[in-house]
Amino acid sequence: MSQKTEKLIDKKGLRLDGRKPDELRPIKIEVGVLSNADGSAYIEHGKNKILAAVFGPKELHPKHLALPDRMVLRCRYHMAPFSVQERKSPAPSRREIELSKVIRESLEPSIFLEYYPRTGIDVFVEVLQADGGTRCASITAASLALADAGIPMRDLVVACAAGKVDDTIVLDLMDTEDKMGTADVPAALMPNLNAITLLQMDGILTLEEFEKALNLTLEGCRKIYAMQKEALRAKYVSVKEVEE
Amino acid sequence: MASVITRVKQKQIVQLIAKGKRLDGRGLMDYREIKVEQGIIERAEGSARVLLGRTEVLVGIKIEIGQPFSDTPNEGVLTVNTELVPLASSTFEPGPPDENSIEIARVVDRGIRESKAIDLEKLCIEPGKKVFIVFVDVYVLNHDGNLIDASALAALAALLNTKMSNYEIKEGEVKIKPGHTPLPIRRHPITVTFAKINDKLVVDPWLEEEQIMDARLSMAIDDDGNICAIQKGGSGYFAPEQVLEVAKIAREKAEEMHKKLEL
Repeated sequence: MSQKTEKLIDKKGLRLDGRKPDELRPIKIEVGVLSNADGSAYIEHGKNKILAAVFGPKELHPKHLALPDRMVLRCRYHMAPFSVQERKSPAPSRREIELSKVIRESLEPSIFLEYYPRTGIDVFVEVLQADGGTRCASITAASLALADAGIPMRDLVVACAAGKVDDTIVLDLMDTEDKMGTADVPAALMPNLNAITLLQMDGILTLEEFEKALNLTLEGCRKIYAMQKEALRAKYVSVKEVEE
Repeated sequence: MASVITRVKQKQIVQLIAKGKRLDGRGLMDYREIKVEQGIIERAEGSARVLLGRTEVLVGIKIEIGQPFSDTPNEGVLTVNTELVPLASSTFEPGPPDENSIEIARVVDRGIRESKAIDLEKLCIEPGKKVFIVFVDVYVLNHDGNLIDASALAALAALLNTKMSNYEIKEGEVKIKPGHTPLPIRRHPITVTFAKINDKLVVDPWLEEEQIMDARLSMAIDDDGNICAIQKGGSGYFAPEQVLEVAKIAREKAEEMHKKLEL
């Protein structure tokens, strides 16, 4: 993360892809894209292309993992071998295992797990193409897939990152900015409850810079939340049209 | 890492915390007693044992010669691994590292790497071909909560204790010379972990507090009070104000620790 080969922000204050510091990449979200899953969603966040699917609630296997008072949420984040520049081995890496854990923990607070004791629910996230910020886009899609599966939830979970690039705090880092920038702060939010369910950081930030980055991320989350709700509505509106 | 804790005790812990007290007599923002011992494994290039209350973590450093990563040809390699040894807790099982041990290893790694604690460029022998690889192996010996802080501190103490063999290059071969030089350590990141219990924050949660906490938040702070790594864990959430409060207190705690440990 230390080498600097080119300027990441030009004289006009624009970024490599022409965005302003507080501008999101183009985002396209679709809900209900897989027919076999109980719920699913697809997100294109910049060049990220990610599918999320939900199966359950269902009987949990192996059975001894079941809990008497609530549902068990399981989550797998996985990157396709062709999703990155150099082929990634399909075996789960340590990074993927950690991300599966933090994604699960970011979704758990949003679900009424106690409504379905002794059952399990599986969330599968497949990154088809990665371009920085995959964990955030994965959470945004996975939460929609859960909603699409009809799981009772307190709120949708939406995630976004901010970071520091060339001494500027910027929103929604893409791959190059993530690798060459000085810091990255991914966060997930339940907007109606103002609750942060994922927070990570790497890089170096002063307390003031961190506060600025955190606020910028949360602002970004709220913008994506609007798109998330729109995508959910769009699916059911189109279903109605088919019926008529 | 689940095990049973009685409802009576859960209630007791929560009620005490609401009054600003804790079951083991600490204040909400107090660490348990910290003991650091260095150089206890002679075979390792560096080692340290940290006692954080009854939590005990041993870290051994081994250094080998290997190839650098293609994107950083001029830098040595840092590798952190954590073993939750079965003798440390009835909830740890033998076998390949699970998500908990991988998370601890990656959070410790992030603190050291992002603070640029080790001058990795000084570990380059031949650019693109030969570099030193620093293996940081975290061995949890007794689990009584807050493994992240104990592991991060033990890793730092072990790195500070590490001596590398002197070497020279003769006809393209690396020859070990007599004598040792310390590992080039520039920064001293300290990781501070908070638990959120019933909407109250406590620092350095012990095992029973971890079992009933809603969520935890760890921050690694460098010598200048900058944040260099963050990890939220657990299935609860934090309010934005709580996150900023955590950042502020983490900075104070890290400063205290830097003074106390004379880093």
